[in-house]
Amino acid sequence: MAEGIKDKVAIIGMGCTKFGELWDKSGPDLIIDAYQECMQDAGIEMKDIDAAWYSTLYPMQGLSGIQLAQTLHLPYLPVTHVENLCASGTEAIRGATYALASGAIDVALCIGMEKLKDVGYGGLPDMRPPHEQYWAPNASGPGVYAMMATRYFAAYGLSPEAGKKMIARVTWKSHQNGAKHPKAHLKKAVELEAIVNAPIIAWPLGLFDCCGVSDGAAAAVLMRAADAKKACKNPVYVKACTIAAASGEDMWYTDYDYAHAETGFRAGQRVYKEAGIKKPREEIGMAEVHDCFSITEAVTMEDLQFSPRGKVKEDIESGFFDLTGGLPVQSDGGLKCFGHPIGASGLRMLYECYKQLQGKAGDRQIKNPKMALTHNMGGYPPWSVVGVAIVGN
Amino acid sequence: MVGITSYGAYIPWHRINRMTIYWTIGFINQATITPGEKAVANYDEDSLSMAVNAGMDCLTGMDRSKIDGLYLATTTAPYKERQNAGIISTALDLKPTARSADFTASVKAGTTAVLAACDAVKAETAQSILVCSSDCRLGPAGSFQEENYGDAAAAVLIGNKNVIANLIGTHSITYDFMDQWRIENEKYTRIWEDRWVRDEGYGKFVAEAIGGLMKKYSINPKDIAKVCFPGVYHRQHPTIGKQLGFKPEQLQDHMFATVGLTGSSNPLLILVAALEDAKPGDKIIVASYGNGGDVLLFEVTPEITKLSARKGVKKHLAHKTELKSYEKMVTFRNVITIDIAGRGEQFFPTSATILWRDRKKLYGLVGTKCKACGTPQWPPQRVCINPKCKAIDKMEEYRFSDRHGKLFTYTGDNLAFSPTPPELYGMIDFDDGGRAMFNLSDCTLEELRVNMPIEMTLRKRWEAPGFVGYGWKGTPVMG
Repeated sequence: MAEGIKDKVAIIGMGCTKFGELWDKSGPDLIIDAYQECMQDAGIEMKDIDAAWYSTLYPMQGLSGIQLAQTLHLPYLPVTHVENLCASGTEAIRGATYALASGAIDVALCIGMEKLKDVGYGGLPDMRPPHEQYWAPNASGPGVYAMMATRYFAAYGLSPEAGKKMIARVTWKSHQNGAKHPKAHLKKAVELEAIVNAPIIAWPLGLFDCCGVSDGAAAAVLMRAADAKKACKNPVYVKACTIAAASGEDMWYTDYDYAHAETGFRAGQRVYKEAGIKKPREEIGMAEVHDCFSITEAVTMEDLQFSPRGKVKEDIESGFFDLTGGLPVQSDGGLKCFGHPIGASGLRMLYECYKQLQGKAGDRQIKNPKMALTHNMGGYPPWSVVGVAIVGN
Repeated sequence: MVGITSYGAYIPWHRINRMTIYWTIGFINQATITPGEKAVANYDEDSLSMAVNAGMDCLTGMDRSKIDGLYLATTTAPYKERQNAGIISTALDLKPTARSADFTASVKAGTTAVLAACDAVKAETAQSILVCSSDCRLGPAGSFQEENYGDAAAAVLIGNKNVIANLIGTHSITYDFMDQWRIENEKYTRIWEDRWVRDEGYGKFVAEAIGGLMKKYSINPKDIAKVCFPGVYHRQHPTIGKQLGFKPEQLQDHMFATVGLTGSSNPLLILVAALEDAKPGDKIIVASYGNGGDVLLFEVTPEITKLSARKGVKKHLAHKTELKSYEKMVTFRNVITIDIAGRGEQFFPTSATILWRDRKKLYGLVGTKCKACGTPQWPPQRVCINPKCKAIDKMEEYRFSDRHGKLFTYTGDNLAFSPTPPELYGMIDFDDGGRAMFNLSDCTLEELRVNMPIEMTLRKRWEAPGFVGYGWKGTPVMG
């Protein structure tokens, strides 16, 4: 009988670079910057590391774990390159956690990095294989999530105006929080009206409904819980971590409504069971979710059972997810303000949870969050992989 | 009895008023201004894609397994080597034992292909041959050709069963008359002085060809219901008819002012329009003009009343949107090359092995249907997509290209590269099952609605150095 990983492993150190259009930084620079902060925080040395997981998506960063090993000159360690689309960061944590829990190793390093701003144009480069390019729509990230907004609005009877107003409020909240974070890419509060009236990127999503495209890296050092207690004052324990990959039913079978992500819902169910959480809305103290687009965050609140199906509008508009609300979401500003260096995002979310749980979040500090959740989504709703982790004191 | 057993047409959605062209770029001589509008193929269309769509229309209600030949007639084939008719045959999901041929290099190729198909059926080496005729010709910016050429396709099915129009006479003439021409590696046709072309070519050959047929079969003009021939010079057209003894009402509208000069498809497009209004017993003459010409005489049979409803010329003529910009028109054909920027330059390799292995899926839009649970699925699956079934290798082929669906969701994307932003796409739920995402064409974001009826259309999907690829897109069902 599977026991799960609750409280078996803990994070003892984390690091995160500033996110943004870091024209002067290379991929390896970002890795080294995140690594240094992380190791200092953990108080360990390279010789203490037994294995590493490196999360990055685009092959333009180079392939394999060698990228990480050669950048840091790791001493011939087992280094695994993980790629699970935009959920790669959470996949790195999952690999490290499982290896530690098995007793195979004592100390694990996770680093996620993406250097996107060497591409030469906005948005993310295409990642479809040729055999799909031959027939599938010429779609961008905003477009495939815009189709979820179209569908959500139709499914719950929202006019485009009411729908756009709802998701604008999501964005507004994140900008309020991101403005307070020194490492965020977009550090500016934005008026609701400007969000609603922004130029359309992919109907019905406007400019402010889309997250930024940034460079960045984040890192974590993990140990088994018993070792962590000795090595560190305030370790943050992994309560649950899982991934759900789309089965194809959501893409090709006509039951799926495209107004939610089945992957997010299933991954949520699984982590709650593993962490022993019965009432997520009450028991989860904060969440960092994959707000690649405002509509994604909105439906994720329903997928993770924070809000009832079709009712998230009420919680969004009442400020329930604001920094001062009942369940603060994106206390650091989220992907919205940090941008989305793919391989780093899952770890960046964890970095905010870690800081909040340690009480080190400055003027964004949430009062005793206790349980924090990260939700890291790759692909697009019917073709997605979602990683969800719960960490706590 | 050998003749036409079915017909179809394809006229692209965009029309441009000839005065829009004139006011933008002008012509050498104001006297050459011609009236009306012309049909313009969208940026994702070419003669091959239009031929497939006309073929689809012609095959409405037909059993495709009975078709044993596919002839393409065009002067603007996208491939110089790689049989264009073969691509069309795959896109129309015809059996591999269907013979195929490209008829080309003259705008009379459409009628020549029909003659060849009739001969094959008469000789009983084939029972049923589909002839698709299509052109998308280009003249230089501001030229006489640009003003007058239109883009369109027509298709006729030739066979010996359920014949709707029996072929009862033919006549052909061949002259190396250099009125318009194009050599290897040239994009635009060249023409000689139009007065000479009008008086010595068009004015003489059409009359000679039709007159020759009438003499050969002792035909009195009164016996003929309709005469179909291109209006290469719209003022000369009625004069030729009159010269042959026909009254104006016997001349089928040449559609110069609504579609334009559509090259090899022109005579067949006019013929399809005539057949749409024909009654059993009607005798119809169709003639091509180009390096001489072919003339065919058909007699309509009672079978015509049994033909299932289709788009034909009529629906296509009514289904249109005005292209208000000349500049847009010339970007469609790369007369003006637009910046595709970094996102448009993203390269993905063209794999001949994938195109071969997946030919039915990619070109034919053939998916699968589970024999265990009956669920249609696209793209084709080996493991059934129905979560309650999941049977493995219990599939049969299931074609989606001729099925309608509903638009489940959609967007207009300004980030993805498109020559006509926003890039439109959505998820389509097919009426009898099956769901997939496709690009949408020939529509605007403003007209799209969740649940609107959608049908499929073959389009040019991508171009790579030395390669043109085709695939299917959704489009609102034609009213």
